[in-house]
Amino acid sequence: MNPTELLETRITGAVRAVTGAGEPELVPQSRLSGPMPWVIAIMVAMTVIALAGGLALRNTAMSAQAGLEGGLTVQIVESRQSERNAQGERAVERLRSTPGVVAARLVPDEELDRLIEPWLGSDGGASSTMAIPIPALIDVQLSGRASEARVNEIKAALASVAPAARVDAQSSWLEPVYDAISSLQWLAIALVLLLTLALAAAVLMAARTALGTNRDTIEIVHLLGGTDGQIARVFQRSIGVDAAAGGLVGFVLALVVILFLGRRFAGLGAGLVEQGSLGSADWVLLATVPVIAAILAMVTARFTVMHALRKML
Amino acid sequence: MSQPAGDEIVQFDNVGLRYGTDKEVLRNLSFTLYPGSFYFLTGASGAGKTSLLRLLYLAQRPSRGMIRMFGSDAITLPRDRLPMLRRRIGVVFQDFRLVSHLSAFDNVALPLRVAGASEADLRRPVSDMLDWVGLSDRMDARPATLSGGEQQRVAIARAVIARPEMLVADEPTGNVDPEMAVKLLRLFEALNGLGTTVVVATHDVHLLQKVPDSLIMRLNKGQLADPTGALRFPPRRTAGTARPGGSVA
Repeated sequence: MNPTELLETRITGAVRAVTGAGEPELVPQSRLSGPMPWVIAIMVAMTVIALAGGLALRNTAMSAQAGLEGGLTVQIVESRQSERNAQGERAVERLRSTPGVVAARLVPDEELDRLIEPWLGSDGGASSTMAIPIPALIDVQLSGRASEARVNEIKAALASVAPAARVDAQSSWLEPVYDAISSLQWLAIALVLLLTLALAAAVLMAARTALGTNRDTIEIVHLLGGTDGQIARVFQRSIGVDAAAGGLVGFVLALVVILFLGRRFAGLGAGLVEQGSLGSADWVLLATVPVIAAILAMVTARFTVMHALRKML
Repeated sequence: MSQPAGDEIVQFDNVGLRYGTDKEVLRNLSFTLYPGSFYFLTGASGAGKTSLLRLLYLAQRPSRGMIRMFGSDAITLPRDRLPMLRRRIGVVFQDFRLVSHLSAFDNVALPLRVAGASEADLRRPVSDMLDWVGLSDRMDARPATLSGGEQQRVAIARAVIARPEMLVADEPTGNVDPEMAVKLLRLFEALNGLGTTVVVATHDVHLLQKVPDSLIMRLNKGQLADPTGALRFPPRRTAGTARPGGSVA
């Protein structure tokens, strides 16, 4: 073998090792021309978008939960302002000396005015607080979770110094929101699972169709001594290439949608939404979707083809 | 010419074949094929020649009986061991059965590729083989662009390229001119000379006379018959009974 032939052989061997090429092209290859890559592209795009939505919701819930977990709100519901202020100050003092309380802050009237401004109007800042009795608010942060037992302990501690105090865990206000987010997360997971099944079904049908179309060729290859594994590898490689190309297109498409929606939501300026941004680990997870899709497509194709070939002699 | 016991390449014992619930197309076939022998399989249309060949190249399992090939029980052999057995058999199909999307070169190279030969190793033998069957200028042609005779020559080249231990050919000279038919027979003889057992199914009685020392298997309504009418095979091959180009009594 001369050096050129030797080099050629080495290159062919290396290409074969990396790509799996070198198996005879037993079935006609119609890569990127059939519907399969586009079906996979759509599946991958939808899966990535659904997964990104699920991750964003999870981030939102986790972030909000972390902030509110140890949060308590104490309201002093007393119509007389002087008594309200006195009870508020006594309550803050008592809270600061209570074990497990990290911080207790009496919310200033100006801040209260700003909070109720959207409902009572801007002109009413001072006048509204005078005209309508607004409870004094104390923002309390506990060292641990604001469990029902802790809330009851705080209530008992305040009963003597601020009889008009009402104590609520901040997280309990957002419970319905968490429930809704949790439902949406499950919906996202269900969507991802359904899309995965749909992708496997699409590949299964494509592989069966390809097997039917190429039945004669497969029989000839069998009679020439071709093994089931050799034939399955050809289909597997062909569908793998389609899936990789489709997956890439789908991922790019999903990326555009996610970035567009991300900018739109960021523009809302709503606290909860901002907390739902995707982290680097989330992006890595999203990037694995086309890879997993390609692997799933290849495994499905191999399983389908091997199963069908076992029925042939 | 006597054959040593246990040296057989193919052994059929009381083999029968039926498709579905139809009546048997092959009945009570019992015969032995020996290494290095040249057999012609003849019989009228519908006699079961192609069915018998399908059993020989392992495209079909019989409905009953026992078949041993290359020392293995072909009936009970696990599916995953069939490919290795098939690689020892070269087949020329009556309808050529070339792979339509592959060129003449790739069709001929297919058995070598299936057996794992590298591209460098197969290029020369495939080119030489195509050259030998007179198709060196049609290497890149797809089967659809080849004439019937050219397709048949590609099919024959594909069947013999891997130097099989047994060659099974169904009407291999049906679509070629007489000159090419003789040339192809010489190729089969050459292979036979190298030790390949050759089984050629043919209608062409003139062909039978062109291969000296060949044996004839005559099928009649699914059963083997020798010229005397007795339904048995192989005929006794004793000194002086084998007639070149003729059948054996």
